[in-house]
Amino acid sequence: MTTTPIPANQSTNELPDALGRFGNYGGKYVPETLMPALAEFEAAYAKYKHDRDFQQELQGLLKDYVGRPSPLYFAERLSQNYTKPDGTFPQIYLKREDLNHTGAHKINNAIAQALLAIRMGKKRIIAETGAGQHGVATATVCARFGLECIIYMGVEDMERQKLNVFRMRLLGAKVAPVTAGTGTLKDATSEAIRDWVTNVENTHYILGSVAGPHPYPMIVRDFHSVIGQETRSQCAEKWGGLPDILLACVGGGSNAMGLFTEFVKDSSVRLIGVEAAGESVISGKHAATLTQGRPGILHGAMSYLLQDTEGQVVEAHSISAGLDYPGVGPEHSYLKDQGRAEYYSVTDSEAIAAFCRISELEGIIPALETAHAFAYLETLCPQLEGSPRIVINCSGRGDKDVQTVAKYLENK
Amino acid sequence: MIGVKNVNSVADCFKSLRTNNQCALIPFITAGDPDLETTTKALKVLAQNGADIIELGVPYSDPLADGPTIQAAATRALRRKVKLEDVLQVVKEVRKELDTPIVLFTYYNPIFYRGIKSFLTEVKQAGVQGLVVPDLPLEEASTLLEPAKDMGIEVTLLVAPTTPIERIKAIATQSQGFIYLVSVTGVTGMRSQVASRVEELLSELHSNTDKPIGVGFGIASPEQAKQVKDWGADAVIVGSAFVKRLAEGTPEEGLEAIAKFCHSLKQAIV
Repeated sequence: MTTTPIPANQSTNELPDALGRFGNYGGKYVPETLMPALAEFEAAYAKYKHDRDFQQELQGLLKDYVGRPSPLYFAERLSQNYTKPDGTFPQIYLKREDLNHTGAHKINNAIAQALLAIRMGKKRIIAETGAGQHGVATATVCARFGLECIIYMGVEDMERQKLNVFRMRLLGAKVAPVTAGTGTLKDATSEAIRDWVTNVENTHYILGSVAGPHPYPMIVRDFHSVIGQETRSQCAEKWGGLPDILLACVGGGSNAMGLFTEFVKDSSVRLIGVEAAGESVISGKHAATLTQGRPGILHGAMSYLLQDTEGQVVEAHSISAGLDYPGVGPEHSYLKDQGRAEYYSVTDSEAIAAFCRISELEGIIPALETAHAFAYLETLCPQLEGSPRIVINCSGRGDKDVQTVAKYLENK
Repeated sequence: MIGVKNVNSVADCFKSLRTNNQCALIPFITAGDPDLETTTKALKVLAQNGADIIELGVPYSDPLADGPTIQAAATRALRRKVKLEDVLQVVKEVRKELDTPIVLFTYYNPIFYRGIKSFLTEVKQAGVQGLVVPDLPLEEASTLLEPAKDMGIEVTLLVAPTTPIERIKAIATQSQGFIYLVSVTGVTGMRSQVASRVEELLSELHSNTDKPIGVGFGIASPEQAKQVKDWGADAVIVGSAFVKRLAEGTPEEGLEAIAKFCHSLKQAIV
């Protein structure tokens, strides 16, 4: 593998603007107490993204600690599974973020933000987590750098992601249970923000998605854009061209932005995000924010949002804790309105079927979140002509989900 | 309108208090907790017991700036299906006999969802004087400030202990009615002490603006109220301590408790 990650300072993205806007989306809708901290974080990022020592340290850690670059793997049996009567089938490649240290893409951002936090002199780290992948990634980097670590997690999610709760504690983090609301990712994020409002002077908040107030959507995107940058080089190496379709699951949307960003300007590349339709869109028990929501404000950003007719945020539902969120990153809202990216949704049962299918066909157990992206192949592939090349962000591994899936299959 | 009280603007209310060298008392309650009927009564009780301005909280699903007490009150109100329309109906109702200025404390999404113009029209018609929107910092506030000015609704902006001096100046220029000084680095909720940094912040603010300054977040006792007044506050804002008292026991007990408490706070800052 000869891929060399392009440093973040070569990013060609012009958005967001100075106010943190992607079109109408984004911004900073937070209590005044946090405004100086957001400005400090933005300034630190602006300073260090061009800093040789910072980049050297980050690239070194991504290579030796995280295990980058992650492979681009041709999923032969999965591809053949979609053979059409004329004998053609799409060429499906998996960007193996599940092979990163800690088992998901989340560590790309967590490790980079930790390096910034150290440079800002903040020794206390907080984070929210849904599926626990971001929590584990954050706990891991805090252990690595000797930082105090508190992870906010909804009680419902602690129950369905027990393995990750244990991992976080093993790594020395304090897992703070959040009982408010539905005890899921939205509530954990609110509680993390409240902690930050209270302890902002000595604390850095490692937000785990491309959501939240500016500069988070920009910084988290940039730290994950290594996924797309490697993908470009790997495609060039394997077939000397671009992929035709990129496919990723979207909760807050970090793994999708990580893959898409590099290709937004390549208009020939279709960008497809897959949300969680939960029990079904019609049932109302879903997390299909981009396809069913309307613009609103949650956790500091304007974006599509699941809300009622009073502008109250409604509870999301998904079997996958990482997608169980009524909001979405503002840049996704922008890409949707621009028509640059397409967004669809798949149900819990379709995701479970894909979880099993990928395990059986490829010997890869994907995270339930990731399984949503795989599930959409069932709809997508029959619509495709010839043998287009599809790259799926295999954003995480599914060890954490086996109990949830076993329970689901038993009750069926 | 017949049977509706003529109400001073928040700014005018402060003017007349200043003339008499008085510090304003601004109690906060969450609308619809324990129920709307009690909220109606509570507004009157507060006005009768020394409230100069009343802050009325619109319950919201994700109150980022609020601590456990007000969060819980909002959750209870939402469970009872309290809507903005109901809250405004309460204001309309009390306006028949109450001339105390009312400031709505609401998060931004319900405003945005309704549409800024429609929202402002509705609150104006109900008899609301001002707005405090805790998740709308200066950078995002212009979309609300301009149309609100046109309609005569005063939008009060917040200053926090973390706000740098240049920013304090900019906020002070834009804030209407008064300037809301958040006394703690943190969310709303009762604290046993007021940070001494508040004294410093008050003098910094006073040297940069003539606008009145209200201090809130964390003030829970007459002693703290007096302390803040002595440090130079033009108003003392007390929230969670009222919300907690109103929610305890029967509504009648709650109303009695806030009447007593309101009176004792006022006595402390006279």
